[in-house]
Amino acid sequence: MDIDKRTQELAARLTYIRDIFGQRENSSMAMLRTRLEEFLEKAPQLGMRELSRQVAKLEELFVLLEGKLESELTPMDRVRIVRHPQRICLKDILENVYDNYTEIGGQDEWSIDPGMIIARATIARRMGKKTVHQSVMVLGQEKGHGQEFRNGGSIKPWGNANALYYMRVAEIENIPIHSYVFTPGAFPVEDYPGAAQQISKNLYVMAGLKVPIISVFSEGGSGGAEAIALADKRLMLSHGYYSVISPEGAAAIEGGLKDKATPELIEACASRLRITAADNLELGFIDRVIQEPPLGARPEHYDFFRQLRREVIRATDEVVDSVDGLGPLRGMAIRRQAKAADPQDIFVRWSLGTGARTKLVDRRFEKFRAMSRTACRDNRSLGARIYSGLEGMLWAAHSTLRHDFLTRYKRHLLHLLEAAEAELRALRQGVGGPLGKFLGLGDGQQRRLEVAPEALERLTLLSCPEEGACRLEDTWVYVSPKSREDRTLTCPNSHTHGCLDLWGPDLFGEFAGVCSHCGHHFSMEFQWYLYNVFNFAQAYEFNSELESSNPLGYEGFDLKLEQAKRQTGLGSSCITFETHIEGVTTVVAVLVSPFRGGTVGAAEGEKIIRAAERAMLKRTPFILYSHGTAGIRIQEGTCGVIQMPRVTMAVRRYIEAGGLYLVLYDTNSFAGPVASFLGCSAYQFAVRSSNIGFAGPGVIRETTGVEVPPKYHRAFSALSRGHIQGIWDRRDIKKNLHQALLTMGGKNLYYR
Amino acid sequence: MLNVKEMLEELNASPYEEIEIKTPHTGVIDFVGLNPGDRVSGPSGKWLERPGTLLANLTREKNKKPICATQKGQVMDIRSELEGKFVEAGERLLTIRHFLSKEEVIGRILKKALHLFHAPERAKYYFVPEIDAKIKAGGEQSVKVREGLDMFIVSRMKRETPLSYSGPEGMIYAVYFQQGDNVDGGQPLIGVCPESQLSLIQDVVNRVQGEWEERD
Repeated sequence: MDIDKRTQELAARLTYIRDIFGQRENSSMAMLRTRLEEFLEKAPQLGMRELSRQVAKLEELFVLLEGKLESELTPMDRVRIVRHPQRICLKDILENVYDNYTEIGGQDEWSIDPGMIIARATIARRMGKKTVHQSVMVLGQEKGHGQEFRNGGSIKPWGNANALYYMRVAEIENIPIHSYVFTPGAFPVEDYPGAAQQISKNLYVMAGLKVPIISVFSEGGSGGAEAIALADKRLMLSHGYYSVISPEGAAAIEGGLKDKATPELIEACASRLRITAADNLELGFIDRVIQEPPLGARPEHYDFFRQLRREVIRATDEVVDSVDGLGPLRGMAIRRQAKAADPQDIFVRWSLGTGARTKLVDRRFEKFRAMSRTACRDNRSLGARIYSGLEGMLWAAHSTLRHDFLTRYKRHLLHLLEAAEAELRALRQGVGGPLGKFLGLGDGQQRRLEVAPEALERLTLLSCPEEGACRLEDTWVYVSPKSREDRTLTCPNSHTHGCLDLWGPDLFGEFAGVCSHCGHHFSMEFQWYLYNVFNFAQAYEFNSELESSNPLGYEGFDLKLEQAKRQTGLGSSCITFETHIEGVTTVVAVLVSPFRGGTVGAAEGEKIIRAAERAMLKRTPFILYSHGTAGIRIQEGTCGVIQMPRVTMAVRRYIEAGGLYLVLYDTNSFAGPVASFLGCSAYQFAVRSSNIGFAGPGVIRETTGVEVPPKYHRAFSALSRGHIQGIWDRRDIKKNLHQALLTMGGKNLYYR
Repeated sequence: MLNVKEMLEELNASPYEEIEIKTPHTGVIDFVGLNPGDRVSGPSGKWLERPGTLLANLTREKNKKPICATQKGQVMDIRSELEGKFVEAGERLLTIRHFLSKEEVIGRILKKALHLFHAPERAKYYFVPEIDAKIKAGGEQSVKVREGLDMFIVSRMKRETPLSYSGPEGMIYAVYFQQGDNVDGGQPLIGVCPESQLSLIQDVVNRVQGEWEERD
């Protein structure tokens, strides 16, 4: 009986090896197969003792050759390992790593999203003879060993929303969060709360969660992973992957979307994207790698679970130690824990004090701020860098003196004066009559009528007939070169709205690319907005020396990048500058569509972060105008995807400091940026006829099998779903922006 | 009186509909290598978002506009003499012969034979209890309607109002809605035919179902 079971296990191990290595046959696999077949043939003739000896020998051979095969694993083999139904999943971890747990809000398929498991778990630790049970909030994607209803760990927006809710609960209860990332990517539907918008909310909230967050990566598929992985310590299983896009997706883009990518191209993309644990450790996006057994951890590897338990305890201890100053002996012991037998022996209380909680958030920001800094090219000279550093310090001093010190007293004085004036008015109203007159408080009504005649005329006269029609549209500073072409164009709505053809010079000149019949917005160059909305001619551009590079050495990308730079005259897809909008100084970042589709990589992320920091220092509003973005730049791999938490954190710091962060979408904005620093703004507006979403219709069709209606991603649909706050006509953007500057935003805007 | 026989003969004689494709405005015509007898398809996709087969391009003021097939069918008569020429608006370019399907034939017959009573607004519609009981007992074709008869209850936002039938007197031939489901304004609720023609119409529909040959 025992022999049968052991033989079956060996056969299962061989099948697993075959699954992992796919089509590639090698000598080790062939040998294992032959030996197993030989044994099965001979088995009926062998006695019990001989059988046992032979099986033990076979098992030894399996261990030996699995070790050999381990060294032959390619990145794509690792992808197959994490996707294998026998791969450990979150339920196995809950069973084997934690001492006790209660699942919250789900029982198998009965859950708001069965792919997301949330559980309250405990870890027992010794303190002398006493056992202390420490609570943690465990959450993560569950692949469920191939259970259909788990959707492969692809989380729907409401699943991420549920996870976020329980992260907040953990914060209230002051217990650490352990998140386990087992996702190929988020489920791309726009239904409320929306895939992108919910991930951005998760990132925004996690950036400020005041409890230790530890994340463990097994399958880290882009945005879906980021939704729960913004952590103080990021651990990764040695056979896992963490990537901006699946190798198949990257290959489809490389090979042209229409063609199905070849297995060779997929293998090549998996290597180029540098998705393995070792790569990510080297790039600095994870803190530690947890070694798995050869060919990946499976539910029967109990030693691995013990090791995982030690690692998560150690990671949580380290985070607490870094902010809550343990005793000197315990601190030293924790730091030497790598060599120690079991971190359980040293007790560390995981609930943090008030000071430590604030420090924790600061540390988290610093950690992410330091990531991928070298992944872009900084063309500034040493002198320029020193000057820039000094300038920043001076501005910080100036800002503190002017806004924190002087303004505070000025504000106090103004409040006093205001109160005194209000008192006097109350006195007049209360006493009235002769005493009021005696005190010199004349009739307010009369005084209000004493408006200067010119001002009255300006306010009451609606038109200026003697100057002809008041047509502001004629006064565009920048006119699109498309208006020089003598041709007509047809509005795409002409079938439904009966729009007449429009003459190009009219449409792209005077009409600013807006159909005069139905209001459809034809796309315009980013320069149109720079000069007509953001007054770029008088603006001060900064950080233009920061340029996109090829941090992963992605094959063939240098050439494409050079081509984009040559064609657009830009160093990256982001332009940052300081400008005046109707007299209000504002920091603006623009994502430019013609430069590699407006994709965001390390340079763009760094530029936006620096722009937000500048706006914070100078107490100005911060506007991010997305002329178009196709998502995170896949050729930069995790250097790109890490911009999602990085920039969101910087933006959150700016908003918390009391600024106004306003996002304006145009043309097409999709994927990572929308799912992070764009989607997290409380004030998101869209230019009419723009498209906003997580994944395009083609990707939705491929991943979910559902056809989406033609106008699924349109700004009006996004408005109906509550993703954006308004839709603006292109010709009114400047006016609307000025109105927004006057009415929205926090306390720190200097002009208030 | 509906002459069903004549109508069927007419349909059998020409079991298709001819759609004339005309220029929406002036411009230079460029046929895209289409030949008489070519099969073309109409708009497709769940929301008819994919346009039909490209028939020709019409260029005016350097604005090339595609003219696509609006129905599935066969190209009949292309005016190839217009190729590369400037044409006026409303000029016929070609004809598409669209062969009628069973549903379309039945639809045509019923359109002529029935009086459709439409929903005045988006709401849930119910029959009044007496009519409902009659339908349940003897089927929908057992109910006789006349002008002013209180037939429906319109239920919307917890507000229930009666709705009376207006139109010619006759029997209900078909009910086009499910009780309790939302019906959009303008959608047909019931189809009514004169009592004498009820069996005739049924007979014709059955014959079409059994005998009509679909050519596409």
